[in-house]
Amino acid sequence: MADLSTDFLGIKSPNPFWLASAPPTDKAYNVERAFKAGWGGVVWKTLGEAGPPIVNVNGPRYGAIWGADRRLLGLNNIELITDRPLEVNLREIKEVKAKWPDRAMIVSLMVPCVEEAWKAILPLVEETGADGIELNFGCPHGMSERGMGSAVGQVPEYIEMVTRWCKQNTRMPVIVKLTPNITDIRYPARAAKKGGADAVSLINTISSITSVNLDSFSPEPSIDGKGSHGGYCGPAVKPIALNMVAEIARDAETHGLPISGIGGVTTWRDAAEFMALGAGTVQVCTAAMTYGFKIVEEMKSGLSQYLDEQGMSLSDLVGRAVPNVTDWQYLNLNYVTKARIDQDACIKCGRCYAACEDTSHQAISMSEDRVFEVIDAECVACNLCVNVCPVEGCITMEELEAGVVDARTGKVVEPTYANWTTHPNNPGAVKAAE
Amino acid sequence: MTNSPFTPGIAPARLDAQTLSTNFGDLHPPLDGHEALVAADRCYFCHDAPCITACPTSIDIPLFIRQIATGTPEAAAKTIFDQNILGGMCARVCPTETLCEEACVREAAEGKPVEIGRLQRYATDTLMAAGVHPYARAAATGKRVAVVGAGPAGLACAHRLAMHGHDVALYDAKPKGGGLNEYGIAYYKAVGGFAEAEVDWLLKIGGITLHTGKALGRDITLDGLKTDHDAVFLGMGLAGVNALRAEGEERAGVLDAVGFISELRQAGDLAKLPVGRNVVVIGGGMTAIDAAVQSKLLGAENVTVLYRRSREAMPASRYEQDLAASKGVRFIFNAMPVAVLGNGSVTAVRAEYTRSEGKSLTGTGETYEIPADQVLKAIGQTLEGAPEGIEITGGKIAVTGAGRTSLSGVWAGGDCAAGGEDLTVTAVAEGRDAAEDIHASLMG
Repeated sequence: MADLSTDFLGIKSPNPFWLASAPPTDKAYNVERAFKAGWGGVVWKTLGEAGPPIVNVNGPRYGAIWGADRRLLGLNNIELITDRPLEVNLREIKEVKAKWPDRAMIVSLMVPCVEEAWKAILPLVEETGADGIELNFGCPHGMSERGMGSAVGQVPEYIEMVTRWCKQNTRMPVIVKLTPNITDIRYPARAAKKGGADAVSLINTISSITSVNLDSFSPEPSIDGKGSHGGYCGPAVKPIALNMVAEIARDAETHGLPISGIGGVTTWRDAAEFMALGAGTVQVCTAAMTYGFKIVEEMKSGLSQYLDEQGMSLSDLVGRAVPNVTDWQYLNLNYVTKARIDQDACIKCGRCYAACEDTSHQAISMSEDRVFEVIDAECVACNLCVNVCPVEGCITMEELEAGVVDARTGKVVEPTYANWTTHPNNPGAVKAAE
Repeated sequence: MTNSPFTPGIAPARLDAQTLSTNFGDLHPPLDGHEALVAADRCYFCHDAPCITACPTSIDIPLFIRQIATGTPEAAAKTIFDQNILGGMCARVCPTETLCEEACVREAAEGKPVEIGRLQRYATDTLMAAGVHPYARAAATGKRVAVVGAGPAGLACAHRLAMHGHDVALYDAKPKGGGLNEYGIAYYKAVGGFAEAEVDWLLKIGGITLHTGKALGRDITLDGLKTDHDAVFLGMGLAGVNALRAEGEERAGVLDAVGFISELRQAGDLAKLPVGRNVVVIGGGMTAIDAAVQSKLLGAENVTVLYRRSREAMPASRYEQDLAASKGVRFIFNAMPVAVLGNGSVTAVRAEYTRSEGKSLTGTGETYEIPADQVLKAIGQTLEGAPEGIEITGGKIAVTGAGRTSLSGVWAGGDCAAGGEDLTVTAVAEGRDAAEDIHASLMG
């Protein structure tokens, strides 16, 4: 069994699976159940400043989209930060941390954008014995209308400023949670780093409307016939999150900045992918909210088995895929593949044919007796047939060996790497020295 | 309950009312809304889907399943009814395992096809439960067409003709319409009076007048119909039954399986139906299976199906054989009856093993006896009362194209016409296509 214990900014946890700041981490009862179930750590649901607690809507807080058999694919929420009194949360955090010293206890914070507010809350959190803080610059709904959450996260200068205040006023490690509701994730990440952040965590939820009720014409979730955008999460957002994590991991200015990966982590495999793209820990919410805390058992056993099979340690995995994330212009244009259909595996549904014939390159033929074959002279290797085929492994992309003629272009496949920067069709191509 | 499965001879009420009611309940209970969505989601929406090709009525199956999946079962039902107005009954009785579901690519992929039949029932039940008829008639053409036989072929033909604006006189020899749907299908495949309800629903289109108790050759004649109508469609099925041609066939306790099933379907109280303790069913088609299974469900102690050829050659599908076996029916293959033994009433069937060489079948000379107090003959039906002068081929009315007979102005379809399998769905296709051909020739 591979060792899954993690040291993230000096914060130790028995495994890299943390529960994200969200409803599952709003009180001692849930967090203790999570620790009993085996979670490595939690980010306690966001605390606000002292005073009258936040109020939430009294109607539905969540909307969802589903796949087959009502499998939950995406969840959105309009819940705000904790609506329990600050002192109650602080007392419980202290008690739980004392009972579970080996687990990571991070406290998420969101107070107004003035230094005094941060100076006021930081000592209170420090006093609980928590391992670190996470600055909630991500929440896209409700709080952002009050100048907090993603309203801060969308302005790099604010991120840098608030991060600096925190670093100057606490000994605790500072994790900055980033919002994906921006155009380029690198700018807020760079700002966090400039402000002295020890790590970034991402992504927070994506502004979303999950559906519209076609009888009442209210967005869902509907509050008395009206809806407000919520924050989208769950398996559906994972590809967006992976890209943003990778962008930060490979950016020259932020490379090496520790990352806690968030966004649709549902299985050990998702977690491993985030880690390969540079995340030192992962945070989970929707999967736990869908299936309960027990899923962490599968995450632990799966990741452990994978590391054993690969002969890797957890630290070997972190960032392992980062060097392979590149810009389009550096992709090898001399890498030529063709779709290949395994006739024994083919069940003759014809979806590859319909997709290619109707929407792509007319590169699949169909015979009277439903034999589907690739026409190499037309196949651009787009991979759509692979993606729509219901049988895994039935259609694959086969690389053409160097020296072979590509039937589509009539050109011999070159053995050397060549990309767009030097391509003759590129007006800006750098000419080789003459 | 006065009797039990062990009561000798032929006796009613071998099982209590509760057991009978359970035994004759829905064979495949309908899918509920969620089950339908899960089942629908398994459809791959194949290109030029093999299931459509396999359906004798060419229902656009991937489309109707997608319509179910997107929460519009009513639209799904319309897709089905456009091709097959008896889609509700076909959803219940089609041997889907040898038609659409056999062709389903998921059958090839994992041996578990999309449940097309049950999904079709979900869609058609939803629309029919609303009590509305989804078709309106075209403007009246003033043409009149006689349809003989209110079974699947006749109903499909009549409906399509009415849709095109023709007036239809629909005749049937029995007291009720529906044909084999009403009289010839196993009880548990169409529970709750579905066949009758379906006929009522179908007739809601208007323009069809159903005349029951009118048999061709007895109450009406083809010449008479031709005089009063612009066209005639014959869909009266096969009213005759083949003889066993075995010694002792006339003994008491020897029945036609068709009559046994018909009586069962029309029975108000299943406990009043007598059934043997030892029942032997002779034949290998769906009628044999339905008769055997229902005998067992009525409480017969031993039910044996005697089929002269091999299991592989049996017309009833392996699925149907397994269904029967699961109810406790025993199959004897490669054996034929040579004598019905008894003293007045039947006491046993003497069977002889067979050997088949190509198409010919010969007895091996080795015989044995199977105890029997009831023998149900299910060895095929024959055309009865075919009109004078009409060309017959292979014992059925010869047709060309979309059901055109040798007589001008006379079409035929369903079991009484040559060609195609004797299935409800095939009869529907033939009736529908003949109606289109009649329409074209009347309006052309």
